[in-house]
Amino acid sequence: MRQILIIVGKEWRDGLRNRWLVATTTLLAVLALTLGFLGSAPTGAVKVSALSVTIVSLSSLTIFLVPLMALLLSYDAIVGEIDRGTMALLLAYPVARWQVVLGKFAGHLAILLFATVIGYGVAGVAVQWTQGGESGAWAAFALLIATSVLLGGVFVAIGYFVSASVGDRGTAGGVAIGVWLFFVLIYDMALLGGLVADQGRNLTAQALNVLLLLNPADVYRLLNLATANDVGVFAGVAGLSAHAGLAPVTLICALLAWIVAPLAAAILLFSRRQV
Amino acid sequence: MKRISPEQMTDQVTIDMRGVSRRFGAQLAVDGVDLALRAGECVGLVGHNGAGKSTMIKMMLGLVRPDSGVVRVLGEDPSAGHGVASRRALGYLPENVALHPALTGAETLAFYARLKGRPLSENASLLRRVGIEGAASRRVGTYSKGMRQRLGLAQALLGNPRALLLDEPTSGLDPALRQSFYEIIRALRREGAAILLSSHALAELEGQVDRVVVMNRGRKVADGRVSDLRRLAAMPPRIRFLPDGSGPSDPGAWSRIAGGRLERACGEDDVAAILRGLPQSARDIEILRPSLDDLYAAFQKEAE
Repeated sequence: MRQILIIVGKEWRDGLRNRWLVATTTLLAVLALTLGFLGSAPTGAVKVSALSVTIVSLSSLTIFLVPLMALLLSYDAIVGEIDRGTMALLLAYPVARWQVVLGKFAGHLAILLFATVIGYGVAGVAVQWTQGGESGAWAAFALLIATSVLLGGVFVAIGYFVSASVGDRGTAGGVAIGVWLFFVLIYDMALLGGLVADQGRNLTAQALNVLLLLNPADVYRLLNLATANDVGVFAGVAGLSAHAGLAPVTLICALLAWIVAPLAAAILLFSRRQV
Repeated sequence: MKRISPEQMTDQVTIDMRGVSRRFGAQLAVDGVDLALRAGECVGLVGHNGAGKSTMIKMMLGLVRPDSGVVRVLGEDPSAGHGVASRRALGYLPENVALHPALTGAETLAFYARLKGRPLSENASLLRRVGIEGAASRRVGTYSKGMRQRLGLAQALLGNPRALLLDEPTSGLDPALRQSFYEIIRALRREGAAILLSSHALAELEGQVDRVVVMNRGRKVADGRVSDLRRLAAMPPRIRFLPDGSGPSDPGAWSRIAGGRLERACGEDDVAAILRGLPQSARDIEILRPSLDDLYAAFQKEAE
């Protein structure tokens, strides 16, 4: 445990030094504030909380941005250190390989946690303070932040898996971008295309559930756009889940599984790898 | 090659490798090597690039598992479990040490000290010992190669290791730095550490190491003191001098070389007698012994 914490501390310090922490926090705060104030302009007409509208737009933003940030943070973590030679020295110390991976994971997750909580938190407080509205949206907003961090964790874990399996940093970067495109853009387009073409003949609700759970970005979308009623009104596409009938607990478990599985695979691959 | 009986290898032998082999793909990186490193001993591990030196060091660290053979570091298998006890007792300086550029020198050393479970209070004196205390609060990214190497040595010295594994430690260091580097190593050896220096620059190991192990394509081709290796390689000393104009018209055993000088090879025991027999007018007298580089070349040729 001690060894893991030492590595967490080092990753955190690295994040501070190379401005990752500042950059991601600022980026999230600026985008969240922009969306919060511009996007909540029409709420006057439909009489819902400005924060609820902000949640809808923020979660759409998160789906694109947080996985990208997480992958950029993580794709280099293992293969990069091996390439540079710092890994050989690190492993010559009394530290196990799984401790290295878990320590890095916790450190990178802490960076994302800080960026999300502060970045979105500032925007949430600002929107609520200036525009008002009922306080019920706070629970949904807290859920947004928590699940955004979970989503980040998923893609950090996937990034490590990529980093542990490929031979050099360039490939890792390329694969990471591919992973991002696949889960964030291609998967949903293919799914929608499939649904339209199928016209409900073969794709049962059951099958759809499974397909949605197979993409962490969709799991996140369902969690945020459909669980809170007030928010669900605007959710559009994600209204699917109303029929899908996936409980929030199931969805959160799916996200956790999406963290554990790639992380375990990364540890396994890294343990067998030549350093 | 002398083999050590199990009775002899008590706590005296810090690192013991027996019949160790390791293959990477089609290439046999290390092929049936025996190597023992004792406390207070400084051993030079020499060979071309790719002769298997780094792989052997990585096996001692538990980073690479041997395909066959046994590696013991302080009696423990370094690749079993976490190899924690053995790694705590080792100091390692990799070839072209890479450190995290965003951390300062002091932070780097603190990170590694924590991993080794050492108090941070030793760090300031370590930085002073390697001569970079003035740059301790600067980022490693701004360091010169020599400073990085010094910081790398400092981390290897953390916690007074029982064995130091230094992979090409002086490559890229200027001569002054190299001298201070060897001074540190001599001090450590006096304190009883076992030291392994890998190098392909043999000439500078001369006088620094007790024993030399020569590697060629994964095999150990020689192991012994420099003087033993000289005898083994059958490379006798040579004596040279510049005769005055009237020198011996018949050179006899002497052969003429460039510059009008005479040269002859002889046994180690005959050197004194031959020197006494030189004419009073002889100038520029030299005794040439094969350098480590010559020995190395001889053993490499023999192995091929």
